[in-house]
Amino acid sequence: MLDEPVVHGIEWTIKELFVYPNEFIYWSIQIVMYPYMTGLVAGAFVLSSLYHVFGQKDLKEIAQFSLVFSLALLPVAALPLLLHLQQPTRAMEPLLTPHFTSAIAAFGIVFTTYALIVLSEIWFVYRKYFVEQVYALKQKAGLSNLMKRTVYRVLTIGAYDISEGALKIDKKAATVLAAIGIPVACFLHGYAGFIFGSVKANALWMSPLMPVIFIMSAVVSGIALCMFTYIVIMEWKAFLRRRGGGALEAGQIKGAEEEVINKAARYLLGFLVAAISLEMLDLIFRGYTAMKSWDILRSVMYGKDFMNIFVLQYTLGNLVPFVLLVLPRRTLLRTVIALILVLFGVFMMRWNVVIGGQAFSLSFSGYMHYEIPVIPHSLETFKEGVFGALTVIATPFFLFWIINKFVPSLRRDTEGS
Amino acid sequence: MTCSRRDFLKDTVGGSLVSALPLSAFTLISQAEAAAALSESKTRWAFLVDTTKCVGCGLCVKACKNENEIPYDAAVTRTWVERYVVTKGGSTHIDSPMGGRDGFIDDKIRDEEIDPEDIAKAFFVPKLCNQCDNPACVQVCPVGATYQTHDGIVLIDREWCIGCGYCIMACPYGVRFFHPEEKVADKCNFCYHRISNGMDPACVENCSFGARRIANLKDPDDPVANIIRTERVSVLKDEYGTKPHVFYIGLDAEVR
Repeated sequence: MLDEPVVHGIEWTIKELFVYPNEFIYWSIQIVMYPYMTGLVAGAFVLSSLYHVFGQKDLKEIAQFSLVFSLALLPVAALPLLLHLQQPTRAMEPLLTPHFTSAIAAFGIVFTTYALIVLSEIWFVYRKYFVEQVYALKQKAGLSNLMKRTVYRVLTIGAYDISEGALKIDKKAATVLAAIGIPVACFLHGYAGFIFGSVKANALWMSPLMPVIFIMSAVVSGIALCMFTYIVIMEWKAFLRRRGGGALEAGQIKGAEEEVINKAARYLLGFLVAAISLEMLDLIFRGYTAMKSWDILRSVMYGKDFMNIFVLQYTLGNLVPFVLLVLPRRTLLRTVIALILVLFGVFMMRWNVVIGGQAFSLSFSGYMHYEIPVIPHSLETFKEGVFGALTVIATPFFLFWIINKFVPSLRRDTEGS
Repeated sequence: MTCSRRDFLKDTVGGSLVSALPLSAFTLISQAEAAAALSESKTRWAFLVDTTKCVGCGLCVKACKNENEIPYDAAVTRTWVERYVVTKGGSTHIDSPMGGRDGFIDDKIRDEEIDPEDIAKAFFVPKLCNQCDNPACVQVCPVGATYQTHDGIVLIDREWCIGCGYCIMACPYGVRFFHPEEKVADKCNFCYHRISNGMDPACVENCSFGARRIANLKDPDDPVANIIRTERVSVLKDEYGTKPHVFYIGLDAEVR
């Protein structure tokens, strides 16, 4: 048996009752990660656009941060897809020979469009900074400064005009791009929902509400992640200042941070309510219409996956953070706990859609259970296991660390130092 | 200065666009080929399964695995046979161990003994790709690696499939799987290499009971096509709108 080639999916699928011979959990953890990560990208971008387009001034601080963070998240939206492909070397084919009746074929186009918008918006927002750096570094000696200056020179793409008129155009361009970016970000993610919602063979996935549900929960998770990372970074900076003896500065940082978080939390709550309402509507509608598939869906939702859906997703991931955020006298710690729970809740929602949709057989006469590989013993069990998922989660933070070195997203701080 | 840079950029973009358009994208085909591609085919392959004749011996599954080089002991298979046992109490027991490859030699269904006295009806149902007229798998393939031939068979280009699994998810019949060795999507194609050369599919040839037969629906003299045309046949899961082309005789309401 050892020499037998391994059937994809057999290592993590446990079948129960009657399941067709070829049915396995083909879409595993990486396909859970894919909508989760694109959701974070889209959500981060929407948060930044709230400032750039709708002029929510109190969001300025977090808007710049989330714009840069959405760039760091961007490559990671495609990473899970690459890790999941059986033929990863052919990953470019959807771009070369797109078959447009497929929802996936649009991925390359939507993704590239979106990437260009994010990149150019960042460029317009930071162009002045790049030019200033080129001039500032000219004075400084040393190889590292020379290299840094070269990077900034490349980043300016030869546009050195930072007159008032030019900067005005920059600002306008950034606003226009942010405005175009909102529908594109929603499309990027809504269409991830469409990929699932349009699979007519899958009783759980098939729903026209799927794209909208995906967008709402995307914005929720994106805002939550930006708020969370923002708090961690600001706390760290305040901590450093305090240790350096700057108690006053530390206090200023904390004050500004609280203001930003309060405002962002309100948007988070709004989108959270919208997301939960849509999901509830979907659930109630399925139960009320009770189509052929309802028997098996009910047994999965209220039976096998009850813990995952109603306890972990709805209660711990939605209800508890909602209460934590709404109750008066909110502290920073309580906010952080709520944010972590929200992020967890959205992850569980993706899990329950992707894995839950494969938890029952197409025959409606059996079940499949997903045992996520923990200790990998092959490339496949690494990629589609716990460590593969952790790799995907860790990458954006690493990328952000690098990008932030050249494009400081928390400028209040850099201007001070 | 600014102007010359603009010109330079213009020319660069234009030049690279032109050079990026490879001539190999265009293929010259002869007039005869073009006519053949455009004219309607004289063949529409279909399949007829007479469940009343199937004894569940599994020879079709064996033959298919050997003919199409699907690893013999792998759990996946291009065709399989399901056993249905309905008790007098109305409960239905279904199984298909190893796709029914070795026949159904055990009376137990998943270690459950069923009292023969309690059985209301029992039967076998062979399954294979339905070569749908409106195939969901072809619709969702992001690169066009799976496609429908002019005579109705859905094929897979192993050189072009990226292995995303979308087609596997889209098929309501669960006929698709990842080939354990090729690492691309795979499924039954009615033994296209055989039927295109005047032979029967491997499963049809190896069925000693005539439970499996292949038909050309566009041939008015095809005896199997005539059965499909004149007798009461049904298809699986027609609510999905895929227009399946495997027709069944004696399909029970319990069949999934």
